[in-house]
Amino acid sequence: MQPERTLRGLLRSADDLAARTISGSAGRISLRELAAGTSLGGHLPALSGRSVLLAMQDQLTAALALIELDGIASRMILCPPGLPQDHLVAVAAAAEAEMILRDAGTTGSEDLGIPHILTAETRISPGDVPNPFHETEWVLLTSGTTGPPKLVLHSLASLTGAIKPSSRSEPHPIWATFYDIRRYGGLQILLRALLNAGSMVLSGADETPAAHLARLGGCGITHISGTPSHWRRALMSGAAQKIAPRYIRLSGEIVDQAILDNLRATYPQASVGHAYASTEAGVGFDVNDGLEGFPASYLEAPDAEVEMKIEDGSLRIRSQRTASNFIGVGNIDLKGGDGFIDTGDIVERRGDRCYFVGRRGGIVNVGGLKVHPEEVESVINAHPDVRMSLVSARRNPITGAIVVADVVLAGKAEPDVARRDAIKTEILDICRESLAQHKVPVTIRFVPGLEVTAGGKLRRAHA
Amino acid sequence: MSIRLTITSEIGQVAVEQKKTIKPLDDNVVLLDLGLDSLCFAILVARLEDKLGLDPFTSAEDVYFPTTLGDFIKFYEDAA
Repeated sequence: MQPERTLRGLLRSADDLAARTISGSAGRISLRELAAGTSLGGHLPALSGRSVLLAMQDQLTAALALIELDGIASRMILCPPGLPQDHLVAVAAAAEAEMILRDAGTTGSEDLGIPHILTAETRISPGDVPNPFHETEWVLLTSGTTGPPKLVLHSLASLTGAIKPSSRSEPHPIWATFYDIRRYGGLQILLRALLNAGSMVLSGADETPAAHLARLGGCGITHISGTPSHWRRALMSGAAQKIAPRYIRLSGEIVDQAILDNLRATYPQASVGHAYASTEAGVGFDVNDGLEGFPASYLEAPDAEVEMKIEDGSLRIRSQRTASNFIGVGNIDLKGGDGFIDTGDIVERRGDRCYFVGRRGGIVNVGGLKVHPEEVESVINAHPDVRMSLVSARRNPITGAIVVADVVLAGKAEPDVARRDAIKTEILDICRESLAQHKVPVTIRFVPGLEVTAGGKLRRAHA
Repeated sequence: MSIRLTITSEIGQVAVEQKKTIKPLDDNVVLLDLGLDSLCFAILVARLEDKLGLDPFTSAEDVYFPTTLGDFIKFYEDAA
């Protein structure tokens, strides 16, 4: 990799840095200062060639560090905030982290068994950039079936493959996202701002939607992205008019027509597009015709940068933008023999249009948080009166989906209504005790039986 | 039960279940300031669909999402 192809190299070669900034909820950093200095004190030489775990709470601190470490660290692992301590331990081990970068808000990093803990700041001081250059591996986290997250391996090239140079005539964009930039969707936006002559306004962890939108409006943001759930929240906040973006982007969840229409009506001056992307498959495609789903013609473009096909019901993607593989999960390969990644997203073709209808394996996406039905079912099945259960998704206009459960009771005698209500309450109690809030079923329905496949497994709908 | 009463009682119910302290249910209060998070609203909207047979978020011709509690109630009343 050429030094110019690092984030710092790209910034240093830009001729328009003067007015460009990265802002967090508590501060603003000039990109010109950052390109010439460091937020890592004198630590850069010590981080050279190392596998570095970024465990900051603050997004601005993390953004500055990842810009600086690209081309310096051999690997950087982007940990989203709020990762449980046991998962952090597993991630640090699997990614063979040698150093931890944290900020004042990080707790528990002493318990990870990594002796080198450095603290990053948001103050820029003059500093030399060490040689040699390393082709940095970027590691992003994605939720696993059960237990710790999966580690997904990217490079700057794969992460920026979908970012096209903007036309010179366009004024400098000021990008914002509701995502955390340690998530794939948020990182895409930060990289877009950095590569395309823009500024970036980060989200703040403890801000209300109204306060966040007011701050974004104050920064004069022009381009903004989020999930449909983020946008529904923004539209209901009473502060939607605080921003006046030129471009609105949705990704991360199934986009329905209602949210597209709503955004167009609320922001008539903006173009509204949605994108398909995932941590594993990278950015697949953009849809800018104002309609949900995507044109079926996308599937019939074998020479395109991104090749797509539907196989066994799910969308498969092959491109330079996909992750190269997982790290530390034995011999599970990300890609099939033909180089296509199975996204696990079930697509239905109706005429000239394709629509997303859910996830393989019945995985439920509650406002961007994945729920694996088996985890919830095992908790429900622990109730002595339960024979079996099936957890599935129910469509929801606020979070995209919610978790619901069908339960088959054990024993031959049908319990009376009072007993059934009591069982329902008991099941909910054990779910609330042992599961995250979004995994607790919203409704429990008693059914006489559940369909089982020839292979002896519960039949799951794609929902 | 009227739509209004159904909505206000379900809001109270969800708040209790999710251990949230909510503001007094005044028509002018902004929904997101009530003290309920997104998941609470998702649950509320699902319950209201079951109780009232209405999902105005998906079916409404009027595309603007409600912002205050008063808007929210009217949103459902208009959909009925």
